[in-house]
Amino acid sequence: MKGMTIIVKTIARLISGLILLFGIYIVLHGHLTPGGGFAGGVIIAGCFIFLFLAYGSEETKNEVSKWRASLCESFGLLLFWYLAMLGIFAGTQFFLNIINKGNPFHLFSAGIIPLCNIGIGIEVGGGLFAIFIILATLKMEEKK
Amino acid sequence: MQNIPLFVTIPLCAAFLMPILGRFFKNIPDILANSTNLILFFLSLVNIGLPLTVYKVGGWGAIGGIPIGIYMVLDGFSILMLLIINLIAFLVTIYSVKYMEKFTDKTKFYTLFLLMIAGMNGVVLSGDMFNLFIFLEIASIASYTLVAFGTEAEELEAAFKYQVMGSVASGMILLGIAILYSYVGTLNMADAARIIAISGSNKLILFVSSLFLMGFGLKAAIMPFHAWLPDAHPSAPAPISAILSGVLIKVIGVYALVRILFNIIGLTVTFSYILMILAAISMIAGVLLALGQWDLKRLLAYCSISQIGYIILGIGLGTPLGILGGLFHLFNHSVFKSLLFLNSGSIDYSVGTRDLQKMGGLSEKMPITGNTSLIASMSIAGIPPFSGFWSKLIIILACIQTRHFIFAFIAVLDSILTLVLFLKVQRYAFWGKPMINIDKIKEVPKFMSIPMIILAVLCCVMGLLLLPQVRLLVLDPAVEVLKNGLEYSKLVLGG
Amino acid sequence: MIYLLSILLFAIGLYGVLVKRNLIKIIIGLSIMEYATFLFFALVGYKKEGVAPIISKGFEEVVFVDPLPQALVLTGIVIGLSTTALLVSIAVRIYEKYKTFDIRKIKKLKG
Repeated sequence: MKGMTIIVKTIARLISGLILLFGIYIVLHGHLTPGGGFAGGVIIAGCFIFLFLAYGSEETKNEVSKWRASLCESFGLLLFWYLAMLGIFAGTQFFLNIINKGNPFHLFSAGIIPLCNIGIGIEVGGGLFAIFIILATLKMEEKK
Repeated sequence: MQNIPLFVTIPLCAAFLMPILGRFFKNIPDILANSTNLILFFLSLVNIGLPLTVYKVGGWGAIGGIPIGIYMVLDGFSILMLLIINLIAFLVTIYSVKYMEKFTDKTKFYTLFLLMIAGMNGVVLSGDMFNLFIFLEIASIASYTLVAFGTEAEELEAAFKYQVMGSVASGMILLGIAILYSYVGTLNMADAARIIAISGSNKLILFVSSLFLMGFGLKAAIMPFHAWLPDAHPSAPAPISAILSGVLIKVIGVYALVRILFNIIGLTVTFSYILMILAAISMIAGVLLALGQWDLKRLLAYCSISQIGYIILGIGLGTPLGILGGLFHLFNHSVFKSLLFLNSGSIDYSVGTRDLQKMGGLSEKMPITGNTSLIASMSIAGIPPFSGFWSKLIIILACIQTRHFIFAFIAVLDSILTLVLFLKVQRYAFWGKPMINIDKIKEVPKFMSIPMIILAVLCCVMGLLLLPQVRLLVLDPAVEVLKNGLEYSKLVLGG
Repeated sequence: MIYLLSILLFAIGLYGVLVKRNLIKIIIGLSIMEYATFLFFALVGYKKEGVAPIISKGFEEVVFVDPLPQALVLTGIVIGLSTTALLVSIAVRIYEKYKTFDIRKIKKLKG
């Protein structure tokens, strides 16, 4: 699919960093304010989709993007799996909150919950971007 | 005790690792999937005979007697279902090492397959209603994708139909859980059972039960809700058809329905009669529709509908003998229906067709497939001493014991019609004159024939599960759980 | 009264799945049905004079609405998203093979 005009491309370059920053803010403050892993992950995916839509599929490298998004997805899931299994590896219950819980209402508190949110954020961002690339660049077979 | 969450986390870990590793090494998906299923099978064998164990996820215990965390409960019924799931999954994974060479992407196949196994294990082990729904959705979505795996025109159409109907059923199940939550105030199964027992049943519980019957009935392919099965099961690749028809419709359909109806809401006489009437309709209509089919896998799919009718008839009777017959038939049907679907896959692999009118005389060129198919057909038709005979006998005796003579007559009639059906399959596929040129047909490779031989041996010896010593170990704990339906909540909350 | 309206939305979604002939309209009807269920579920947790269930400094002793349905609805939305994504990709592939979205013409499997 083709890209858009030069105005859209310039604005996309300027704004996409802010969108990514906002998404990371929502992921990191998941235990203090509403949001958390899934909502932040959707916004992170939105940043990449915005860039993809503005520049069109002929200028971006599709195969590499698809592989990298899939890798992000698997990595986020494995991080979440590792955090859940920390309980069993340390000898106690599954999914137990075993990292030091600091003072409430601070950024670095509540045990494994912020780390789980980071894992989910990476996973959802990668997953939604991969779905978008595959659906947008599907090549229709021309049968005569 | 610690091995309860391992049933869900080990296949999930393998499924997450598979896309990364499968890209770099060519043999890793096969080895990883087979070793994962072998570990799961051994874990399920180790768990036989344990008493009721409650695992509190995250360490959140009960506060003031009210459970606030997610519980995973392992009781007799769960142990039986875990054994069935992991045994069939292991044998099917060995079979698909060779069979899936014809398709394009084995890595994605194994990823989806392991996700489905993780979802089914989770359904069986959950002690919480919403957790049951989550794992049910994981297993269902993985199965929708696996049905469409070959991406031919017919397979995509079947997958779309299956997915739309399955999603409507999931929506109804979720609505039922929401209404039940608004009435009871908790999602934990044992706590909900305790509160319903105190408050008594009223019209709201009846409405919720009918929503669950519609939702889980569609997942289990009981008769008015069966329309997706004859399209979806033939379109899937043969190992997936074996898992879908042999395990999935029982775990997310029969197991979940029985768990909610017996242990939480309590079986009333009305519902018992509803289940038995639906079962009778399934039995007769399934086998009559199967008699007219010429496509081998479609015939086997219609036969599945009729055998699920047997299981629901046995369990819906509500007496201990009936429940024993129903659960034993569940185990038997997994074994011989998976074997029949694997046989049809072998015929497809060697001959290249599924149409019964284009085969014939295969038994001399493919001896292993022919003989195992003969054993499975005799078992499903109910010929002694194979395993199917014993379970059907117990169901018929249970019907007579409670003086439901019409249902016993329908069960016997259905058994005779199933025998006719499978004589037709054997005559057109394996005996008789060959309709096409069969000189170049060989037997299937060893990886595909070893699971079939193991399943055929199981068909022969599973009648021995009724001996008193062996039965106490495997079948009786499952019957106990369903017989004393409301004891479940006392045991879980007390422990 | 509110609950009746969300069950009405569920019925509208079910009407869409049963009656409409275009594949995409069936998918939209299914989405409406699922979101009606989530709406019903989230409304079940409302307590009178309750505020949003977030604990922050200075808000220690007020009546919160029930947070459990809200967490479950979040999970349900994720499941609905993945179901819709899968349905849409199957619909795109069906268009590639059959060249139409009309379900009256996609009838190769019969009997």
